[in-house]
Amino acid sequence: MKNKEFSFWLFITPVLLSLLIVVILPLLLGTYYSFTNWNGLTFTNFVGFENYQRLLGDQQFKSALWFTIKFAVASIILLNVIGLGLALLVTSKLKTSNILRTVFFMPNLIGGLILGFIWQFIFVRVFSGVGKLIGIEALQGWLSDTQTGFWGLVILTVWQMSGYIMIIYIAYLQNVPNELLEAADIDGASRWQKFKNIIFPLIAPGFTVSMFLTLSNSFKIYDQNLSLTNGGPYNSTQMMAMNIVDTAFGSNEMAYGQSKAVIFFIIVAIISLTQVYFNKKREVDL
Amino acid sequence: MKKKKRANIILEIIGILIGLIWISPFYLMLVNSFKTPKGIFTDVLAPPAEMTYDNYQKAFVELDFVKSLFNSLVITVVSVLVIVLFSSLAGYALARNKSRLSATILLIFVAAMLIPFQSVMIPLVSIFGMADMLNKVGLIFMYLGFGCSLSIFLYHGAMTGISSTLDEAAIIDGASKLQIFWKIIFPLLKPISVTVAILNTIWIWNDYLLPSLVLDSNSETIPIKMFYFFGQYTKQWHLALAGLTIAIIPVIIFYFSAQKQIVAGVTEGAVK
Repeated sequence: MKNKEFSFWLFITPVLLSLLIVVILPLLLGTYYSFTNWNGLTFTNFVGFENYQRLLGDQQFKSALWFTIKFAVASIILLNVIGLGLALLVTSKLKTSNILRTVFFMPNLIGGLILGFIWQFIFVRVFSGVGKLIGIEALQGWLSDTQTGFWGLVILTVWQMSGYIMIIYIAYLQNVPNELLEAADIDGASRWQKFKNIIFPLIAPGFTVSMFLTLSNSFKIYDQNLSLTNGGPYNSTQMMAMNIVDTAFGSNEMAYGQSKAVIFFIIVAIISLTQVYFNKKREVDL
Repeated sequence: MKKKKRANIILEIIGILIGLIWISPFYLMLVNSFKTPKGIFTDVLAPPAEMTYDNYQKAFVELDFVKSLFNSLVITVVSVLVIVLFSSLAGYALARNKSRLSATILLIFVAAMLIPFQSVMIPLVSIFGMADMLNKVGLIFMYLGFGCSLSIFLYHGAMTGISSTLDEAAIIDGASKLQIFWKIIFPLLKPISVTVAILNTIWIWNDYLLPSLVLDSNSETIPIKMFYFFGQYTKQWHLALAGLTIAIIPVIIFYFSAQKQIVAGVTEGAVK
């Protein structure tokens, strides 16, 4: 029996150690440091909630939080509508289904940093070139103001992640029993009726999964933000993750940056726990 | 029936149109990467009037592509192997041990998935800096810490399908725990190992923020080099686009060589 205990610990020690050192310890230390004047190496005294109080008056942090929330709402709606649309399209037995699936999913494999640079080219050069050609004023000056920076980020994210949401919906669509659809065909149901009354209720769980995936992803986005707008103009398109990185490694305010990181953790954890709650509830309902 | 056929043709056309829109960014990147600055200025949509390969030559050198590709490959491959090996061991141990302690440890790993990277990165960099571990080895260890949770979760789930009578039979034959794992269990876990490897490869290969905080200029990966390169040539699109094309090629090769497994793996990682 001793031997069994020994091998158990032997097998889990490497991962346990790495998790403790890489994730748990920094989280605990960081929370502790956020109540001090830590400079990245040492600290001299405790400052209580001073860092957190400062947060309340930090216009840039509030603007980043608000921008992130708006971004999350816009991308969740668009991603789910388009992701589901693409899933329905490629599962409707087209000749081009397979190649379309490949094409839609491809942007997912490429890093957000690289994709952001490609889209910077498209928004800045291609949009203005096409705008001049066909005489649409609205295509000029993209990414140079907050509005177009916002929609630029949304378009990039939707283009990148729709294929991912698509394959989640495909997985659920494949669980829709064919007999049901055939029976509906015999009864003379239209495409829309079949979708509304049979398909949609059966893929609703996929909606919960992808909604929370997109929600927590939207909050954690950094690379796309960095490469597409770099927060500009005047930090008006800066999102939460970038605000934390800038505070810590740009302005070298480690303790203050960490207090933002703690708030960020709480927000993301609440989102994820809500998801777990809904998933559990759904399983009970079934 | 005729009406249905027409509806199908319309759907085909819609599908092709959306597909074209979807790949247009790659098309625009590719055609403009072969143009001169003047060529991009005159017509941004058309294929290049006169092809130039100078952009690629320069981008290849400036990106120090052979070296950054090598760095990316070493870091990704070693990290993924380490994650697959240690997570499968742990998933096996946690699944076979039915104690409350074992269940608690699994719960800790699963709960750790809720912690976003940005909320621990500042102390993490400080701790590893003090230990003088801001290098490739330190980075690989960090990837194990961040990657093991989801991987253990997936392995643990897969273990429920592998009967423990296999272990018992092997014990009677005198095999050690490590032998049982390596000779019997690990081969049976191969499908889930493929999933774990793919998910971690995509993440680590493309990761920018963590390596940018950890690595020195001698071990920079493709995304880090790309970031500097782009900053340097930000208004010189002909060079930037050639660099981006070069940076994407390894991913495209990976995608087309293992497309089925990648899509299946990503689906599994998301739905679970």
